[in-house]
Amino acid sequence: MKNPVAAATPLFHRLVPRAGPPVPITIDGEPVEAQTGDLLITAILTHRPHLRRFEFAAGMRAGFCLMAGCQDCWVQLADGRRVRSCSTPVEAGMAVIIGEDPQDA
Amino acid sequence: MVERLDVDVAIVGGGTAACAAAVALRGHGLTVAVLEKRRCGAGASGVNFGGVRQQGRDLRELPLARRSRTLWDGLSALLGEDVEFEVSGHIKLARSEADLADLEAYRLAAQEYGLELTMLGANAVHAELPWLGEKVLGASLSPTDGQANPRVVGPAYARLARRLGAEIREFTPVTGAVATGRGFEIEAQGLTVTARHLINAAGAGGGLLATAFGETVPVTPLSPNMLVTEPLPYFISRSIGVCGGDVYIRQTRRGNAIFGGGHGWQDVELGFGRPTAEQSLDGMRRTLQLVPSLAQANVIRTWSGFDGQMPDHIPVIGPSATTPGLIHAFGFSGHGFQLGPVIGLILAELVTDGRTPSPIEPFAITRFRDMPTATSAEAAHTEH
Amino acid sequence: MLDVAKRDPAIVVVGAGPAGLRAVETLAAAGLRPILIDEAPRPGGQIYRQPPVGAERPARDLYGFEAPKAVALHRLLDRLGDRVDHRPDTLAWSLLENRLDLLSAGSFDQIDFDRVILATGAMDRVLPFAGWTTPGVFTLGAAQIALKAQGVAIGRRVALVGAGPLLPLVAHQYLKAGAEIAAVLDVTPLAPKIRHGLGLAWQPATLLKGLWYTAHITLAGHPIRFGVKSLRVEGGARVEALVWTDGRGREHRVACDAVGASFGLRSEAQLADLAGCRFTFDAVTRQWQPERDPEGRSSRADVYLAGDGAAIGGADVAELAGERTALTLLADLGRPVDASRVALLDRRLARQRRFRAALEAAYPFPGHLLDAVPDDEMVCRCEGITVGRLRDTAKVREAHEMNRLKAFTRIGMGRCQGRVCGQAAAEILARTLASEPAAVGRLRGNPPVKPIPVKETL
Repeated sequence: MKNPVAAATPLFHRLVPRAGPPVPITIDGEPVEAQTGDLLITAILTHRPHLRRFEFAAGMRAGFCLMAGCQDCWVQLADGRRVRSCSTPVEAGMAVIIGEDPQDA
Repeated sequence: MVERLDVDVAIVGGGTAACAAAVALRGHGLTVAVLEKRRCGAGASGVNFGGVRQQGRDLRELPLARRSRTLWDGLSALLGEDVEFEVSGHIKLARSEADLADLEAYRLAAQEYGLELTMLGANAVHAELPWLGEKVLGASLSPTDGQANPRVVGPAYARLARRLGAEIREFTPVTGAVATGRGFEIEAQGLTVTARHLINAAGAGGGLLATAFGETVPVTPLSPNMLVTEPLPYFISRSIGVCGGDVYIRQTRRGNAIFGGGHGWQDVELGFGRPTAEQSLDGMRRTLQLVPSLAQANVIRTWSGFDGQMPDHIPVIGPSATTPGLIHAFGFSGHGFQLGPVIGLILAELVTDGRTPSPIEPFAITRFRDMPTATSAEAAHTEH
Repeated sequence: MLDVAKRDPAIVVVGAGPAGLRAVETLAAAGLRPILIDEAPRPGGQIYRQPPVGAERPARDLYGFEAPKAVALHRLLDRLGDRVDHRPDTLAWSLLENRLDLLSAGSFDQIDFDRVILATGAMDRVLPFAGWTTPGVFTLGAAQIALKAQGVAIGRRVALVGAGPLLPLVAHQYLKAGAEIAAVLDVTPLAPKIRHGLGLAWQPATLLKGLWYTAHITLAGHPIRFGVKSLRVEGGARVEALVWTDGRGREHRVACDAVGASFGLRSEAQLADLAGCRFTFDAVTRQWQPERDPEGRSSRADVYLAGDGAAIGGADVAELAGERTALTLLADLGRPVDASRVALLDRRLARQRRFRAALEAAYPFPGHLLDAVPDDEMVCRCEGITVGRLRDTAKVREAHEMNRLKAFTRIGMGRCQGRVCGQAAAEILARTLASEPAAVGRLRGNPPVKPIPVKETL
């Protein structure tokens, strides 16, 4: 059985406090606050355990190399844009679409 | 120590047609050697668009394309592996009244060859392809056309030929070939082959081999520029072309959209092609007009190949006019993929029977007899 | 009339890491105005990567012992001002003949160069293991970047796995930042490290730093476990535990919610490949690398190579090689160069090479992980191609070479174009055929080096 709390617990864990105003974004429609200086991957993974669905099988992805090499962290935005989240600074108003793992849905 | 091989038929080139010929010849019990300078099915056979298309071909090619199409249905079974052949249909779009008239004229002419095409009005096309970004006036649908995975077909033929007992020699570039009166002696790296029959299926190098037998033909290298996107939700349900040919696109079931864009850069000496950024970007621009939803897609790879092109864009197929026992099949001018299986059969028929039921007269090498011969270097320059 | 012969040659440097930065400094000092292309918004490369605007921290916190070097490199472009044409946020996505194709701020551009120095850096060397595509498994480099560039840990309780000096460094940094460590595992054995300790003394400072990190994490209660034989991540939607087998075959299980794992480094040599540079197989690192002479020349007269993009040497070597290669380029242009400086750099580089040889010997390639990886595990994380598919295709369909394997299985044809799976696939192919990776060849590269958007062409 899936543990719903574990399934929703974020992946990244902030260790260094940061000054600067919060940056509002949404993830699957839910408003969350990112921080100034966040890359989009950080903004998402400090609130969620995943970035996207894997296209070729069941399962989710959360990035891998963080240096724009592996291309694992491409993220869909509601305005149609597709961005590589480890090399994209977060912007206020970004609306991230992750979706659910079809296995869990 | 040079190895010697004595066979009934030597085939220079290891593309789909060459390996299909080897398969057919083994079926007749003849001994065969295939001499491929690199890897079988890795040249023009293996890096093309993957269209299994009859529509739009030169009418002289249609009888061959029709016969080949019957072979595609059983190809995966014959080869023992999935070539990903899918009858998606091929739609050719008309963007002007003149295009429409051309399509209708072609439809009538193709009917003579048994190829049934359906004209679609503007509304029908846009209903069928609701994502089209450009207003088209109509289209012609060829429901029996489709697509397959070119990377798989040639090598699978080569493996089948080997299983059937053909000598398949890869990385064996031919350095010379002469007629001995009793047949042929072919020199390759580390290998001398004697054969009663010689098949010239050397692709872009076919002209050079023909020249060795006193038949000079104007072959120029052709390197189509191809692009592929990351996987996208499946929506391009048909293989698409346009009148004028400057856009063509298909989508694999996995989701990658494959499209063409102009011609790539060539190293004529080494015989390989590479995509160029300018041509890729141009292809992206043209394709985007037709398929605006690709604006959110990324191109993950571009590539090119190296084929031989004839001035009249149809291949050379048939016996040599100078040398008994020599048979040519090259210069497919960038659209030989669909024909490969039938060319193999035709070549085997020419070897075993001296004739073929397929009408190959238009492809005779003698049609270039009176043409001024362009050197390939000049031609390559104008191509680029 | 414009006298073309008299114009300054167009010199392009790709990559603003330690090698590229020292190269442009040297070129600028000679009065040239090099163009510096870099994908990142700020200079430093991956090793001295600067956090994004708004996430800055003191250099000492970010780079530890290396802070003075990092700061010197970060300030280098400010110091040079417009003597360098710096183009940040710019991807060089193709190279053909003398033209570089660029993508910057959403638009395409091109530069024609007379000479180019490729200083394209490296990324983690990745090998598959059971469960390695589970969300929460990152490379070791990613674990470090998360901390340095963003001040985050990749999880609440992190297991770190490696096969090189990056492992103790990242473990040390995580502990220092207050992260919880579940395990620190080295998949290479301890014995060669002791055996080659003498060779490592060629760079005593580096050796001491490594020992310091190791001592720190050991004292913090996380001794490095060496000789790990196999790895398995448990958990489906996210990491729940890491199961590992020690040198004696005993299985251990540590609960964790993230794993940082990679196995050394590999060169980002795509542009050198597109440039047509000749590659040779390096038997020690088991990688294909662009040929480079000791002065920094590739096999192509107008293409030079510096830093980890040509062969893994680390940041200090990259700085030396960047300067050395720029001096070679200047000499090749007929410009005067300081012979004593060249001699000094060559001596330092030679010393570094002896250190590097010992380091590589101390961390042999952990091929045993590939024997342990099950058939149903993915090797290509872009498209989900499994290890078993490669093994079967190699045997059944006679794919005896990498490009053939690619043609049949699509390995190397996904978004990353083989930079993650390429070396692992070659090793798996070689192992399946009882052959050597040198004999199975290497994936042919095609543009673009990284995905390019269709929309930007409008």
